[in-house]
Amino acid sequence: MSIKVESLTKLYGTQKAIESISFEAKEGQITGLVGPNGAGKSTTMKILTGSLTSDGGGAHVCGIDVATDDIKVKSLIGYLPESNPLYPSMYVKEFLGFVCKIHKIKNADERINEVISSVGLDKEKHKKISSLSKGYRQRVGIAQALIHDPKVLILDEPISGLDPNQIQEIRQLIVSLKKDKTIIFSSHILQEVESICDKIIILNNGQIVADNKLDHLHEDHSQSVVIELELLKPMSESILKSIDPNLIIVKSENNRYLIEIESGEDIREAIFDRVVDSNNKILSMAMQKKNLENLFKSVTK
Amino acid sequence: MRSIFIKELNTFFSSLTGYISIVIFLLLTGLFLWVFSDTSIINYNYASLGQLFTIAPLVFMFLIPAITMSSFSDEKQRGTLELLVTKPLTDWDIVGGKYFAALALAVIAIIPTLVYYYSVVQLGSPKGNIDTGAVIGSYIGLVFLASIFTAVGIFLSSLTSNQIVAFILTAFVCFLLYFAFGFLSDTPLFFGKIDNFVKSLGIEFHYDNISKGRIDTRDIFYFISVIALFLWFTIISLDKRKW
Repeated sequence: MSIKVESLTKLYGTQKAIESISFEAKEGQITGLVGPNGAGKSTTMKILTGSLTSDGGGAHVCGIDVATDDIKVKSLIGYLPESNPLYPSMYVKEFLGFVCKIHKIKNADERINEVISSVGLDKEKHKKISSLSKGYRQRVGIAQALIHDPKVLILDEPISGLDPNQIQEIRQLIVSLKKDKTIIFSSHILQEVESICDKIIILNNGQIVADNKLDHLHEDHSQSVVIELELLKPMSESILKSIDPNLIIVKSENNRYLIEIESGEDIREAIFDRVVDSNNKILSMAMQKKNLENLFKSVTK
Repeated sequence: MRSIFIKELNTFFSSLTGYISIVIFLLLTGLFLWVFSDTSIINYNYASLGQLFTIAPLVFMFLIPAITMSSFSDEKQRGTLELLVTKPLTDWDIVGGKYFAALALAVIAIIPTLVYYYSVVQLGSPKGNIDTGAVIGSYIGLVFLASIFTAVGIFLSSLTSNQIVAFILTAFVCFLLYFAFGFLSDTPLFFGKIDNFVKSLGIEFHYDNISKGRIDTRDIFYFISVIALFLWFTIISLDKRKW
């Protein structure tokens, strides 16, 4: 287990930023930390990276306690802070050279070029950081986190504020890195987390409200399923409702219906029979699990 | 520590800070020493660099705060301090790197004044008639003085993310450390009782001692302990942000 967090607590004055958080993150997986603003995502990451100390509990990175041997832990971690701080007066290569020196990397030039091309900064590599656009600065931020080929990659909102193409590219980059690394990634954009993370931890008010693999998350917290139904002719709602007592018609529009079954029972067969019985025909029927967005809303309310 | 040291020096010389500091220091000391008639060596009639070592502390009193004001304040304001503290660097690597880079800039500013020494040696009658021991002592004193001012500046810069506040506080504290104890010792409260002790708490007392060419371990000890104290404060202040 390359990251292990045990009942971690952090106080800001009397306010609890995070309260007894415990989770684990495995190598080769992307773990997503999701939650509304102020949920404690950044605080958790800051404790893991040694920029804050905890007020209770502990964290281990690759078996090393972050409180006792922080220098060792810091050399294992590549961290992209939320605000992506960079030195605007430095050139891209100069800045990466500086980070190389901190990590005492040999063959720094070679490594810098390698990282620059892997994050797609080739065209911008001779520019000053202050002249780069936000998307490219974000790549410089990711490049500095990657330069020492860290075992653990901690990215605090790496895709916030980027345009859709950039989001796509950064997402691909992150996925391409996951093979031999442990990646922790925070975001409040749920689709992002849903599309690239293997495991999701939902935080709210400093506590973990959901922690599981994606599929399980759906099952655990939202049993209800949604069925989209399209019929040849409109049909009275009362007939549809009589199929199952748990059935709710969320929306009906001419011959289209959106049906929710809170018990999660699969009643497609019953629907089919009833429709055929009433001399109607089904043009399409699709069952969906309630999406993560709804789950997120329901657990963080 | 080397990586931070080099980065800081590069920052000084890639912006104008480095050049301006050096030029202003040389310009001011040069003007006082050779041009302004009240303080000029030419009118002084003695082959002495005394004026330089009286003026230099005053110039450093506002020049060093200007050099150190950005050292931590800027990093705090830009958030880059988070970048540094999450890298495998000890607090001392960061503080020491920044401290020695700022000090190096001050020393680089001092070095060209050796030309003044050479000029006075040449102008002396007979040639070379100058108290070289006092000059060496004064230079050592000046470097120690710059070291204390820099340590103060680095510490105060670590307290705030506002560079102007760091500048004003540093200039004020340097002024206090240099002059205030001398003035205090003359007040009726201390005069004739422990005035010598009060005086010895200030930088001026030790700087004057060393400027006479008498290198006393007590003065060296004073300088080194004040520097160590402020650098230690800086490390505590850096560590405090984690709480």
